[in-house]
Amino acid sequence: MTFWLVQALNGISYGVLLFLLASGLSLIFGVMKILNLTHGSFYLLGGYFGLVVLQETGSFILAVLGASLAIALIGVIIERFFLRRFHLQQLPQVLVTFGFLFIFSDIATVIWGANPQTMPRPELFAGSLQFAGFYYPTYRLFIIGFGLCVATFLWWLQDGTRVGAMLRASVDNEEIARALGINVSLLFTLVFGLGAFLAALGGVMGGPILGVYPGADFEVLLLGFVVVIIGGLGSLKGALVGGLAVGLLDNFGKVFFPELALFTIFAPMALILAIRPAGLFGRE
Amino acid sequence: MTALSVIDISRNFEGVQALDHVSFEVAPGERRLIIGPNGAGKTTLFNILAGSYAASDGRVALFGRDITGLPTYARARLGLSRTFQITNLFYRLTVLENILLALQAGRGAASPVLRLLQQDRTLIARADALLEQWELSELAKHAAQDISYGQQRQLDILLAMAVEPKVLLLDEPTAGLSAAEVPRVLTILRSLPRDTTVLMIEHDMDVAFELADRITVLHQGRLLAEGNVEAIRNNPQVAEIYLGID
Amino acid sequence: MSAAGASSSVKSRGSAALLLTILVLAVLPYLLSTYYLGLVIEILIFALFAMSLDLLIGYTGMASLGYAAYFGVAAYAVGLLAMKLHWSVWLALPAALIIVGLVATLFGLLALRTRGSYFLMITLALSQVAWGIAFGWRSLTGGDDGLPNIPRPELAADWPLAGDRSFYFFILLLVGVGVLLLAHVVTSPFGFALRGIRESETRMQALGYNVWRYKLAAFIVAAVFAGLAGALYAYYNRFVSPDYLGVFRSAEVLLMVILGGAGTLIGPAIGAAVIVLLENVISAYTERWLIVIGTIYILVALFAPDGIVGFVRDFHARRAKS
Repeated sequence: MTFWLVQALNGISYGVLLFLLASGLSLIFGVMKILNLTHGSFYLLGGYFGLVVLQETGSFILAVLGASLAIALIGVIIERFFLRRFHLQQLPQVLVTFGFLFIFSDIATVIWGANPQTMPRPELFAGSLQFAGFYYPTYRLFIIGFGLCVATFLWWLQDGTRVGAMLRASVDNEEIARALGINVSLLFTLVFGLGAFLAALGGVMGGPILGVYPGADFEVLLLGFVVVIIGGLGSLKGALVGGLAVGLLDNFGKVFFPELALFTIFAPMALILAIRPAGLFGRE
Repeated sequence: MTALSVIDISRNFEGVQALDHVSFEVAPGERRLIIGPNGAGKTTLFNILAGSYAASDGRVALFGRDITGLPTYARARLGLSRTFQITNLFYRLTVLENILLALQAGRGAASPVLRLLQQDRTLIARADALLEQWELSELAKHAAQDISYGQQRQLDILLAMAVEPKVLLLDEPTAGLSAAEVPRVLTILRSLPRDTTVLMIEHDMDVAFELADRITVLHQGRLLAEGNVEAIRNNPQVAEIYLGID
Repeated sequence: MSAAGASSSVKSRGSAALLLTILVLAVLPYLLSTYYLGLVIEILIFALFAMSLDLLIGYTGMASLGYAAYFGVAAYAVGLLAMKLHWSVWLALPAALIIVGLVATLFGLLALRTRGSYFLMITLALSQVAWGIAFGWRSLTGGDDGLPNIPRPELAADWPLAGDRSFYFFILLLVGVGVLLLAHVVTSPFGFALRGIRESETRMQALGYNVWRYKLAAFIVAAVFAGLAGALYAYYNRFVSPDYLGVFRSAEVLLMVILGGAGTLIGPAIGAAVIVLLENVISAYTERWLIVIGTIYILVALFAPDGIVGFVRDFHARRAKS
C-alpha cells in the first residue's frame, strides 16, 4: 500500500513539473499559434540560472524568482525580435525556435560543463513528512501544492480577468481585437514571456529532485510534446491532466518496465491519436 | 430521378441553429439559385452538401444515392463538384497546371500508383483546349497568384467545371468582382452544359434572376420560399426579408 | 512573371550541368585521396537523404521533425542482418528497405491522424521512441555503444568491395539510382498531385483526390529513400549508433533541405554538400557545432527562407528585370 502511495506521489509531483512546462507550451500555442521548440531551453536555462543564483545568494526564493524572470526576459527578446515578424508562418517559426534550442543547448554546455549538477533543497522543505505510516519528502509535497496554486492562478488569469478576456478576444479574432484598441502585439510578447517563465519555473523547482544536466532540454521538450498531444494543445486543463497522466505513466513505467521506458508513454500517445487526435481537451 | 435531394438537413454550432430542417429537391439539368440574407445558412448548406462538414441531422442524396456519410473526395468522384466562396487555387502553380490537376483527377489518376509515363500529352492538349475555350490561353504559364482577382475567380469556377461534374455547386461566383468583370463570368455560367445540374449561391439579384430556373430562399436557417423567378420576385415575404435588412 | 516552366535554354543548361556532374563524380576516385573521397561519399549519401525529405516538405508540404528515424532504422536493419544473420548486401539491403517501409507505414498511420503543429510534435515523438529502443535495447542494438564492425558489402563470393574505389562506385551507383527514382516520382502525376496537396488540400479534396492516401504514400516513399541513405551510411561507416536516429540527425537533414531550398530536389543536394563540408571544416577548429547549426537555422529563417536555390533564382529574376 505504502509503495503505491509513494509511487503515485512521485508520479504526481513529476507530473506537476511537466504541467508547468506544458502549460507554457500550450499557452504560447493557444494564443499565438507558435509551436515553441525553444521551450526545452527555457526549462534547462531556468535550472542553471536558478543554480547560479542559489549558489550566489543562498536564497531559494531568489533563485526561483530570479531565474524565472531572467528566462522570461530572454523569451520576450526572442519573441520580439525573431518571432514577431513570422506571425502565423509555421516553417520560419520552427526554424527560429529550433535554432535557439541548439544554440542554448551548446552555450549551457560551454558555461556549465557536461556533468550533471545537483541543486540542494530549500531548508524549509528539506525534510520528510510523516503520514499514513510512512515518510515522504516534504519538497515533493511542496511541488504538488505549488503547482496546483500556479494552475489555479493561470485559470483565474484566463477566465477571470480583463487581460484574459483580451487574450481570448485576440485568439478568436485578431483583426477585430486590434480594431477594438487591444495592443495585440504587446499581449503576445507578454504571453510568450509568461510561457518562458513557467518553463523556467519548472526547471528551477525541478532542480532539487531531477538535477540540472545537459540534455534535459531535449528530454523535457519531448515529454512536453507528449503531454500536449495527450491533453490537447492550447488547453490549460489538458496540460494539467496530460501532465499528471504522463508523470504517473512515466514513473510507474520506470518502476515496472525499466527497459521499455518510452513505451509507457508511446502507448497512450498512440491510443489518443487513434481515438481523439486533437487530444483530450484540444480544439479540433 | 432527382439530381440532388436535401432531406431534413439541420446543423447547429454550439447552440446556434445554422440550418433547421431544410428540404428540397433539384431536378437534373436544373439551375437552382439559393438566395437569402447574410447568415441565412447558405454557405453552411453548401459545406454540408460538399462534405466539408457533417450535418447534425438529415440526409443528402445524389441521383438517389445516399452520400450523407461520404468524405468530400468521394462525393467529387461521384460527380459532385464545387467552387469556393474565398477563391481556392493552387497559387504557386501555373494556370495550366491548375487545370491539369483538375483533369488528372477526373481521369482516375487519383489513385496514388506511380505511373511509368510522364505527364500525358493528351491531358495537356485538353487543358490547352479548355483555356482556349475560356479565353485564358495567354495566362497559361502565369502563376495563379500573379493573375488578377477576376481571372482567379474565373479559374476557380473553371477548375470545378473541368472535371465535367454531374452536379455543380457554385458558391457566390461573382463575389468581389467589379461590374466590368461580371459579364465574363456570366458568359461562362451560361455556357455550362445543360445536362449539368447547377446549384448556385448568389447575392447579386440580377444575376440570380437571370440564370435561375428555380429559386430556393433561405432565412435564418429555414427554407422560406421556393419557386420560379416570377413567384419569388413577387413573393412579399422575400421582399420583406431583403428590404427589412436594407 | 511566371513561377514555373523553365525556358528551353535553362533546361539545356541544366542537362549540361547534370552531365558534367556525373562525369566529375565518376572521375573523382582517381583524383582524390581516401579522406576526401570519404567526404564525397558522405555528401552523396546525405544528398539522397535530404532529397527524400524534400519530397515530404518541399513537394507535399508536410514539415516533419523526426525524419532521421527512417535513416536510422534502415541502418540498424542492415547492420543487424549483416552481422547477426550474415546476410549479403543483396538480401540485407532490400530487407532493410522493406522494414523501413513497414515502420513508416505504422508511424504514418498514426501521425497522419493530425496535421500542422500536432504533426510536427508527433513525428518527433515517434522518432524518439525509435531512438529509445535503439538506446535501451542493449542486447539487440548494443545500446549506446552501437553496432561496430559491419562488413563492407560483398557483391559476390569473390567480389568484396573492400577497396575504396569499388565501394565508392557502389555508393555512387545506388545513390544515382535513388536520385533518379526520386526525380521520377517528383515529375510523375503522383508527384504533381503532391504539389497540389501542398498548395491546397481542400481544393484537391474537392477535385476528387483522396488526399490522406497520397500523404501516406508520400510519407512511406520518402522514408524508404531515407532508409536507403541510412543503409548506405551504415555500410560506409561500418558502424551504427543511436545517433543515426537522434534529434540532431533530424535537425541536420531538415536544415540541409531548407538551406538548399525546399521543393527543388537539387536544392537539398546542395544543402547537404554545404553542411557536410562545413561540419568538416568547423569541427577541425571547435566542438561548438551545435551553435553553428542553430545559428544557420536562424540566419536562413531571417534572410534566405527559400534557401540557396531560391536566393539564386531571385537574384536572376531581379537581374532579368533590370
